[in-house]
Amino acid sequence: MINSSLKKLSQMLASKEISSVELTQMFLNRIAQYNPVINAYIALDSDKTLAQASAADVRIANGTAEPLTGIPFAQKDIFCAKGWQTTCGSKMLADFIAPYDAHVITQFDTAGAVNLGKTNMDEFAMGSSNETSYFGGVKNPWDFDRVPGGSSGGSAAAVAARLCAAATGTDTGGSIRQPASLCGFTGLKPTYGLVSRYGMIAFASSLDQAGPMAKSAEDCALMMNVMTGFDERDSTSLNRPKEDYTRGLNNMQGEQPLKGLRIGLPKEYFADGLDANVAKVVQEAIAEYRKLGAETVNISLPNSQLSIPVYYVLAPAEASSNLSRYDGVRYGHRAAEYDDLMDMYMKSRAEGFGAEVKRRILIGTYVLSAGYYDAYYLKAQQIRRLIADDFTQAFKQCDVIMGPTAPSTAFKAGEKADDPVAMYLQDVYTIATNLAGLPGMSIPAGFSPSADGKSLPVGLQLMGNYFDEARMLDVAHAYQQVTDWHTRTPDLTAFEGNK
Amino acid sequence: MEWEVVIGLETHTQLKTNTKIFSGASIKYGAEPNTQADEVSIALPGVLPVLNKQAVECAIKFGLAINAEIAPRSVFSRKNYFYPDLPKGYQISQFELPVVGKGAVTIQVPANGKNAAYEKVINITRAHLEEDAGKSLHGAVEGMSGIDLNRAGTPLLEIVTEPDMRSAAEAVAYAKKLHELVQWIDICDGNMQEGSFRCDVNVSVRPKGQEKFGTRREIKNLNSFKFMTQAIEYETRWQIETLEDGGTIQQATVLFNPDTGETRAMRSKEEANDYRYFPDPDLLPLEVTAADKARVQATMPELPQAMKTRFEADYGLSAYDAAALTASRDIADFFTATVNAGAEAKPVANWVMGAVSAKLNAEDRTIHDSPIAPAQLAQLLKRVADNTISNNAAKQVFEIMWISDKSSAESDVDAIIAAKGLKQESDSGAIEAIIDEVLVANQAMVEEFKAGKEKAFNALIGQAMKASKGKANPAQVNEILKKKLTAN
Repeated sequence: MINSSLKKLSQMLASKEISSVELTQMFLNRIAQYNPVINAYIALDSDKTLAQASAADVRIANGTAEPLTGIPFAQKDIFCAKGWQTTCGSKMLADFIAPYDAHVITQFDTAGAVNLGKTNMDEFAMGSSNETSYFGGVKNPWDFDRVPGGSSGGSAAAVAARLCAAATGTDTGGSIRQPASLCGFTGLKPTYGLVSRYGMIAFASSLDQAGPMAKSAEDCALMMNVMTGFDERDSTSLNRPKEDYTRGLNNMQGEQPLKGLRIGLPKEYFADGLDANVAKVVQEAIAEYRKLGAETVNISLPNSQLSIPVYYVLAPAEASSNLSRYDGVRYGHRAAEYDDLMDMYMKSRAEGFGAEVKRRILIGTYVLSAGYYDAYYLKAQQIRRLIADDFTQAFKQCDVIMGPTAPSTAFKAGEKADDPVAMYLQDVYTIATNLAGLPGMSIPAGFSPSADGKSLPVGLQLMGNYFDEARMLDVAHAYQQVTDWHTRTPDLTAFEGNK
Repeated sequence: MEWEVVIGLETHTQLKTNTKIFSGASIKYGAEPNTQADEVSIALPGVLPVLNKQAVECAIKFGLAINAEIAPRSVFSRKNYFYPDLPKGYQISQFELPVVGKGAVTIQVPANGKNAAYEKVINITRAHLEEDAGKSLHGAVEGMSGIDLNRAGTPLLEIVTEPDMRSAAEAVAYAKKLHELVQWIDICDGNMQEGSFRCDVNVSVRPKGQEKFGTRREIKNLNSFKFMTQAIEYETRWQIETLEDGGTIQQATVLFNPDTGETRAMRSKEEANDYRYFPDPDLLPLEVTAADKARVQATMPELPQAMKTRFEADYGLSAYDAAALTASRDIADFFTATVNAGAEAKPVANWVMGAVSAKLNAEDRTIHDSPIAPAQLAQLLKRVADNTISNNAAKQVFEIMWISDKSSAESDVDAIIAAKGLKQESDSGAIEAIIDEVLVANQAMVEEFKAGKEKAFNALIGQAMKASKGKANPAQVNEILKKKLTAN
């Protein structure tokens, strides 16, 4: 049952094969068993969770259930959820109980979904390994010496270890897709503005976007139906008609369901820096797509190589300002002793933030400073436009772009922790879509052997045009109809002896 | 050396909206601390700003009123600095692209000593939307500073002038004109005590004839016109004395202390913040279309300048009277309502600027809470016009009305005339009889008049009015007396 699709779980709930309380309790039991080692969850509250499950059972009984009613989800700890500890992975907010619900939380609540708990993450979503979390690292369920990726590392491990039916994540530079690749499941970052950011703790406002992290494209589609939609409380939320993201999935049957689909292969995504084994898996996946009827087109995204430097100007610039509110005045960490106001600010922030957050605040403050603004911030904004233009040109030649999600498989905890630039390169293939505001997706495409003899998941990245999520989900679903990579699960017996 | 002072103003006007500029919280003044601080005002993690359309309409209204360029696209930026009353650690403001561009305001500088009154055009550089900060409350909490975020997020329009003013009188005339204008177009309640209208004044001095500006110092947060005059005059003197003593002026922000009447530097330029402005990624650029402008234009009241011209043309008022009556919208509305109630314009103008305004000034009230309604004043002036009462009697009626409840029967003009017996005698036979008696009783005066002493005529009128107990129609007395004296 832990491997059942959302659709299957929904059917089982509807047919009373199982109640939401039973299903929820089963996941809570798994969490109790594995979370002490994996550390995927920061906050758990079984009373709240089971109360939601009971309420869902009432809805199911009285016939007002929706597709996700009664299904237990994990929520990234970046979303404010009323009455829940909401930390964003930071000491700064370690004791913060959110007094209101994020839009995403409200959407899941309204759909009757059950909140299993808040998942671990890199502090303020800044990181690619979950190692910057104040609440400790998260183990990759495929190899507990390795990281799950980040920043949505807790959600990623929870999905991979089946500690939830599915989870939410957020993606500012790859934080849904890179962990999906490293933990072997399906994750989608939607077009910027499709999911309201209200109540989602800001890292870099112009890049942050929430999305689903799940076992399959179909599950992601069902979650997209709940998560998307206009919200007047977010000025960047897009006011467009509601879509059914599952609408095309049933058409992905037969010999060549993707006949006529043009897949763009950017040469920059297959160049130096890509692990050879990862490249091989990605090429095999693309070969599979050709069998499904798709044709491939060689394209170029010439400015994509500038993505990382541009991102590491713009994201820290926005972050340095977004994180100014954590000053110890109204909520959050305040130093126990201080001499005066300035001392209170300095001590509270010095104690409340971790090293990576401080590094980015310093970078951001620097690039916005008088005399540097034009050379860094403005220049980066100009290049950001060029990067977006690259995609506009590319989508004249193809319908969807494919490549690796991450340059390598999961790396060992501690391996890159002291080398920020090596860590930043984890997002080399994912950042461009954030800068352009485009949707991006990672799906399991196979496994790659590690030097120490482990078999580690590899993700294939799909990038689509604006609002083309439904087609991307179809394309991913077609692949998942003929492959079983997405159904593979890690062997958790090793964790049992490691408690 | 002769010095010239150069002054520019930055005015923060609090906009008359229902809610805050980026959230639905109330902006009502005087609530208990933090009862109007919603999640956006507190800047909880995850909250986002949504622009209040009413605030944008206020800005457009102001732009139209000063005939300014209204930007089709303007941008909200973040001004980053730490302060306990600034919950987000940045203020959302407009920096490079403000919603209102260049415009102008014409001011009337009153006569002063040997200098006659004059008009002057003050150029407006820009006006931009921004949010107000909260307040620090010192002493409210034992041993700590309290923070009240009720005001945080209150919509402000910051109006910036060119350095066009050359005296404290001009600066104050501009501030008063602006103060009146924002109330006239109903975008600000103008309450200076509550901080709805606050001025920062940039002052510099230079030798007369020199083109280059001197170094300026900015006097912050002046919330009365009296303080503004005192502060500018003190600051000007201080700068001139400093320069004449061989010193230099450092660019600085200064505060005016009303108790000492002095200005004192708060922080110098070297300590100034680098605000790290950048466009707020949480807000889209503000677009104002021609249709938006037309829609707001349709809600605009007639502006004071247009109304002044109309008063001159329609009512034959002098430019001076018309300007006085359009000095504030309340006065103009009172005047218009009185005329519309049937009184003649010229006497209404005289009464509004005379008796009414004298009374209000004496009692420190505004025309808005005048105890006499326009309809009552109109009725009173109609009774003068139809000769029921004399002007003198009208003043007595006015005094009685002023102290009675305007909705009560005792405040009715005709009732007061009847009760006080003020109706004027206009029966020419009766007046003739009185005059005859007066002429008999005052033969000496009659002789003096005939000998060429004009003054004697007025004395005889006085006697006649006295004999009639003031009720005789003075015009008729004048006429009949003249006839009788010349006939003899």
